Amino acid sequence: MGWVILIVVLVLVVIVIGIVVGMYNGLIKLRNAVKNAWAQIDVQLKRRYDLIPNLVETVKGYKNFERETLEAVTKARNVALQASSSGAGVAERGKAEGELSGALARLMVVVERYPELKANQNFLALQEELTSTENKIGFSRQYYNDSVLKYNNQTQMFPSNIIAGMFNFKSGEFFEVTAEAERQAPKVNFA
Amino acid sequence: MIWEQIRSNQVKSIALVVLMAVLLLAIGYFVGLIFFDNWIAGLIIAAIVWGIMNLIAFSQGDSIVLAMAGARKISRDDHPRLFNVVEEMKIASGLEKMPDVYIIDDPALNAFATGRDENHTAVAITSGLLQKLNRDELQGVIAHEIGHIRNRDVRLMVLLSILLGAIVILSWYATRFLFFSGAGGGRRGSSKGGGGGQIIILVVGLILMILAPIAAQIIYFAVSRKREYLADASSAQYTRYPEGLASALEKLATSNTQVQKANKATAPMYIINPLEKRSLSAESLTSTHPPIAERIRILRAMAGGSYADYERAYKAAKGGGGIMPASALVAQDTVGLRAASEDTGPVESVPQKIERARETSDLMYKLDNYRIIDCDCNTRLRIPPNYRSPTVRCPHCGRIHKTPNS
Repeated sequence: MGWVILIVVLVLVVIVIGIVVGMYNGLIKLRNAVKNAWAQIDVQLKRRYDLIPNLVETVKGYKNFERETLEAVTKARNVALQASSSGAGVAERGKAEGELSGALARLMVVVERYPELKANQNFLALQEELTSTENKIGFSRQYYNDSVLKYNNQTQMFPSNIIAGMFNFKSGEFFEVTAEAERQAPKVNFA
Repeated sequence: MIWEQIRSNQVKSIALVVLMAVLLLAIGYFVGLIFFDNWIAGLIIAAIVWGIMNLIAFSQGDSIVLAMAGARKISRDDHPRLFNVVEEMKIASGLEKMPDVYIIDDPALNAFATGRDENHTAVAITSGLLQKLNRDELQGVIAHEIGHIRNRDVRLMVLLSILLGAIVILSWYATRFLFFSGAGGGRRGSSKGGGGGQIIILVVGLILMILAPIAAQIIYFAVSRKREYLADASSAQYTRYPEGLASALEKLATSNTQVQKANKATAPMYIINPLEKRSLSAESLTSTHPPIAERIRILRAMAGGSYADYERAYKAAKGGGGIMPASALVAQDTVGLRAASEDTGPVESVPQKIERARETSDLMYKLDNYRIIDCDCNTRLRIPPNYRSPTVRCPHCGRIHKTPNS
């Protein structure tokens, strides 16, 4: 009789361990997804740095194109690039990127006044790339937030919250865009 | 969210696949009894038909489907906008690998997604649709297709359509055989000279062979309809702009050209049923897709872009129960929608439409190996692949151009 109880207890222990391992791995997977989503945002930001010199080069050729607008874009790009490579704080980077977005948007408004430019195939191709890169930046941030939501749900809901507490899974922070010009980026800081 | 949604769907999906498999085996059972006096032989035949079809579908099913639809793979340079939109939705959905992009040379308006698994996926769109949609609408349609991939609809539908196909094939041949060889056939002559039991088996088997394909189709279509709603919800979730898909569907609804290379087997894959006359008609048991008008109404009623928002809009539009799996709605609240893109005003300008039409036709010419020269007089020369002379004269202004090498 004794060994029957022993086997039952053993089976229960194995099942519990299995569930714990499953939840732990699930949390790890979600947390990695969040990290990966964060890295994807950088990929798109870098793509934008790479596109801007081409754009400036193409637009510069047009007579009387507003110098200040172009210079503002170049400057904002260099500031943002500087911030990204020097490992500046996330908030500072977010601000620089926000300013770059603003400068680019102003450039696109100015372009409307140059019909010849809008007929230039080369420029149109660049414009498509830039528009899409802006979208991709937005969508990668959106996906980052979706991943954080998924991950946070898992760390807060019963019963996986017990595992999350035991192994110190901290909640992820959402990326929030507050105002057009100043975008506060969150700190991604996982234990 | 998607992950939980897949899990909950999987249980129901497995149940459906099992149900269809049982139907198939039941037919096999009766085929065996009627033709060979041996039910095991029938089961083996059913399993072999099923196995072969599975083997084909999962080794090269996606390429067969694409070939059947007359789809051609394009590269980024062929159509940057389409490629970018697919990439944007790949990012928004968190899909790991970029789907291949295909184009179908057909004026009808439609699109579909296919693939064996998450690493071999493809989205295909007709040239007609590509030409008609603005950026936001294209995004909505592509997001719907990527939703199918992300929700693993493609695999489920392949599994179900194989079972359906096997059931149809087996029943079709068995009933034909029965009718043409005279009930029972020569095979049974050697048996113990069947009595009443044989006749009952024959009748039950015949009824099953007639009804099973119909039942299987009804299951298949019901799954297909539900998956369309889910993919619409995914599209809204990825784009945060349900109006894009709604307005695209509106354009799809007003077109009444049918896709030339679509058939009954491939119909459920398309974003709208490629065979049905566009009558915005009511939902019926044999439609592969929910009525377009209803899908549009739900999308337009969404207050936000989340699955929870879709569920609310769905309930409001249809009354009664929802459509989303409960697990997709866990801890989900409304999420804000984004504004329309800048180039998509309420009314499309004519130059925009012309530009899109030109873009698409250039793409189709390029795929046919035409060479393209832009003359300084704003004429675009398209040189057919069999043109061999080293120079070509612009028919409009008379300038002489060098023929580029193809």
